[in-house]
Amino acid sequence: MGKTKRLVTLALFTSVALMLSFIESRIPAFVAIPGVKMGLANIATVFALYRLGVRDAIYISTLRVALSSLLFGSVSSFIYAIVGASLSLLAMVMVKWLTPLSSVSVSCIGGVVHNIGQVLAALLILRTDVVLYYLPALLLSGTVAGAVIGVAGGLLIKRINPREI
Amino acid sequence: MAENKASRGFFGTLKAHLPDIILILSLLVFSGLLILMFSLFRPLGDRVTVEVEGVTVATYSLSADGEYEIGEGNRLVIEGGEAYISWADCPDHICIRTGRISRVGETVICLPNKVAVTVRGEGGPDLVS
Repeated sequence: MGKTKRLVTLALFTSVALMLSFIESRIPAFVAIPGVKMGLANIATVFALYRLGVRDAIYISTLRVALSSLLFGSVSSFIYAIVGASLSLLAMVMVKWLTPLSSVSVSCIGGVVHNIGQVLAALLILRTDVVLYYLPALLLSGTVAGAVIGVAGGLLIKRINPREI
Repeated sequence: MAENKASRGFFGTLKAHLPDIILILSLLVFSGLLILMFSLFRPLGDRVTVEVEGVTVATYSLSADGEYEIGEGNRLVIEGGEAYISWADCPDHICIRTGRISRVGETVICLPNKVAVTVRGEGGPDLVS
């Protein structure tokens, strides 16, 4: 992929992820548990991981988190998001590399680790271990959300012509 | 980047890959079990602690009704042995929607305001050091 094409592709992916993140931020919280969400923007992350490679996925994910918390978040939302997204990406890369699991499972594990990361961040920021009580519910929602996002990502991976992206 | 066959995701081939099903099912079962373990059959507490940014700023007995301000952003109500947040200035109001808590270890948390209200008592939460 030529340099310019790559640059444009990365920018487009980041924008799409940002828009998904924005749309999701406008949906009122489903459940009375902080941190439960679908993680729509991760469709872009998963797709990038499988089509563009680890480094580009890291660029897109990190940039998206920074921009979205800059535009419609706060400093503390940035901290939670970056911790969750980094650990999640690390886990997904490891699972993809070390196991023959499909993109659905990779995304599933990404969702779970993302929530674990956010609980960890809350643990450090709030300095109270009481947040651990939310972990089981977050594990469940992370699994379900991750699986759904993984299916969506899998569909994209299958349908989009490898010669175009 | 290499795209191995497994990357197509199981909706791509309409054929479920066994390891995937096993993984997802076991994750679901595991977290479901954790939820059951944690939520049922915990004793009623006798007091609530209010923590802001990790510092305990107040403790209230659950047996005495009252209404208290937590900083400038949340209002805590104790009524009939239960505690709940009646007003908050955060965007999602998750703390208000959490409802009433009364059992040891139950919490109401407001992340934007960094507030945590926890029920304490005998047979306290297993994770407190």
